[in-house]
Amino acid sequence: MTTLLPHKFGPYGGQFVPETLMPALIELEREFVSARNDPAFNAEFDKLMASFVGRPTPLTYAKRLSEKLGGAQIYLKREDLAHTGAHKINNALGQALLVKRMGKKRIVAETGAGQHGVASATAAALLGLECVVYMGSVDIARQEPNVFRMKLLGAEVRPVESGTKTLKDAINEAIRDWVTNVRDTHYLLGSALGPHPYPTIVREFQSVIGREAREQMLMDAGRLPDTVIACVGGGSNAIGVFSGFVNDEAVELIGVEAGGSGIASGKHAARFGDATKARVGVIHGTRTYVLQDDDGQIAETHSVSAGLDYAAVGPEHAMLRDNERAFYTSVTDEEALNAFQTLCHTEGIIPALESSHAIAEVIKKAPTMRKDQVILVNLSGRGDKDLNTVIKELGTNM
Amino acid sequence: MNRIETAFQKKPIFMPYFPLGYPDLETSVDVIEALAKNGADLIEVGLSFSDPLADGPVIQQATQVALEKGITVKKSLEAVKELRKRGVTIPLILMGYFNPMLAYGLEKFIHDAREAGADGFIIPDLPLEEAEEFQSMLIAGRVDGDVLSPSYRDLPLIQMLAPTSPDERMEAIARNAKGFIYLVSVTGVTGERREISNDLGELINRVRAHTSAPVCVGFGIGTPDQAKQVGQLADGVIVGSACVKAIGASDNPVEAAREFAREFSKALKSIDL
Repeated sequence: MTTLLPHKFGPYGGQFVPETLMPALIELEREFVSARNDPAFNAEFDKLMASFVGRPTPLTYAKRLSEKLGGAQIYLKREDLAHTGAHKINNALGQALLVKRMGKKRIVAETGAGQHGVASATAAALLGLECVVYMGSVDIARQEPNVFRMKLLGAEVRPVESGTKTLKDAINEAIRDWVTNVRDTHYLLGSALGPHPYPTIVREFQSVIGREAREQMLMDAGRLPDTVIACVGGGSNAIGVFSGFVNDEAVELIGVEAGGSGIASGKHAARFGDATKARVGVIHGTRTYVLQDDDGQIAETHSVSAGLDYAAVGPEHAMLRDNERAFYTSVTDEEALNAFQTLCHTEGIIPALESSHAIAEVIKKAPTMRKDQVILVNLSGRGDKDLNTVIKELGTNM
Repeated sequence: MNRIETAFQKKPIFMPYFPLGYPDLETSVDVIEALAKNGADLIEVGLSFSDPLADGPVIQQATQVALEKGITVKKSLEAVKELRKRGVTIPLILMGYFNPMLAYGLEKFIHDAREAGADGFIIPDLPLEEAEEFQSMLIAGRVDGDVLSPSYRDLPLIQMLAPTSPDERMEAIARNAKGFIYLVSVTGVTGERREISNDLGELINRVRAHTSAPVCVGFGIGTPDQAKQVGQLADGVIVGSACVKAIGASDNPVEAAREFAREFSKALKSIDL
């Protein structure tokens, strides 16, 4: 059986799912290809992006942060200002429009930080779809405000108690629901992960970030950035912004993983950063770098940021790393929390803890660059949802 | 004639599933031996994985316990060898997810599985699109030092079909099927259902149009009566969650296994064909 679109990224990607789901993946691919060639579909998507999401999101020159770091000039792509507070809405709305086109009435979604759950619930409310969100009970505890948001938007939030009770297990449950109800249900996967065609679909809907950012850089700074930095959990915001610059060979692309308590501690989610625990494997339908033990059991991960706390990385990132088109590094919980505060103080922006990982890398990298050089950082989401975590982590320091 | 072909001489066959390592390794070996010696015609021997996305709560919980008790692929293969030593002669098919096999090394896994006495593989997250890598290793055999071992053609990778598979997929999948076809009777994960679908006969006929391989039905069969109902239509009846539940809940798992196998095999033998 052949696919309409390439189903692998070099040796990564693929469709490692039970047979029951294969026809749904084939239908989804066919529908996506036909939708992307349909001017009416694209016009509807663009209209919603403008009138509902508030796109284009601004590009902000971070003047005080740039001065403080004393090196490269720093620009922020403000996905935190997209409706619902993160880039996740771009993909959620795109897929929800596909669901309508396929004539399905119900969506299931997984969520870690809750941003994708909120985006899915929002898209479902807007388009009149039934929505069930699976969320690990550990994540429910640390992202409470988003749980309320999803419920207010009419979604049912189902706590997941199996395994590590985080994003990985929420994906398992969403897939189990999907395999049971596949005839009338779409799985609205939130990151550039999972079986083909999801990594491609998610990248395409998120590529709006990179397209806008490239134009805005040329307009505002009069040039392309030297470096683009984004955090990488599954990797959807990163692949979205990278896609705008991947053909500009002079632009360096850097993905930032969650270093948790440090690589040596073993408590982290750095799939590219830990050669002892990360190997190429298969999880949730895709072949990619996976944190696992010697026997191939998926490892527990840790990050202060729920959205980066996942054992595998999107397959396209694995290919970009092999090709040395993109580079990947990690920052610790502590570095991310410091960056969170720095951005609050210097720019008046409260970033999501996920995005704070990208800012932490900027703080390390900018001082090593010249003042006439430019860094673009994707500020993937806002931090309101993280206040409970931050207050707890910083204790009396707040 | 290999062990699988021998098993299908008398149809329908009874195929229970049980995971190695549950409730502990020693008991699971005793349980599988008891199933084999009390009426099971073929056993799906479960390999545990941390993220079993095609399984319902019963098998999830059992394989989780097995992992907590320290089951590994290596120990599982040793247990298969032990079962052969104890005189288990029916086919033993290894059923597990792909990642632990990749981590073990695919060639080594296939080689060691045969050495241990396994008869084939069921890998639920390896659909037709992704099966080639595994299949080609079964055909090519393995270069071990300078010695080219014989190919593993006689060890089939069992193909799965689902109610959602359209005819052209059924044909592509069934065309080269070896051993038998594993027909998933319902959309969903493993686990008992209250009723057997009315459309099952039609579904089985759709599969039979494309293959002469035996068609075995699994997912959702929980009672001897349901087994009998399915056995009137299919060449084999696969019982997973109900088997794990009955044995797992018992104070005497080995006795429960004997009873379970006797009851189901009796129900299937009572079919008047």
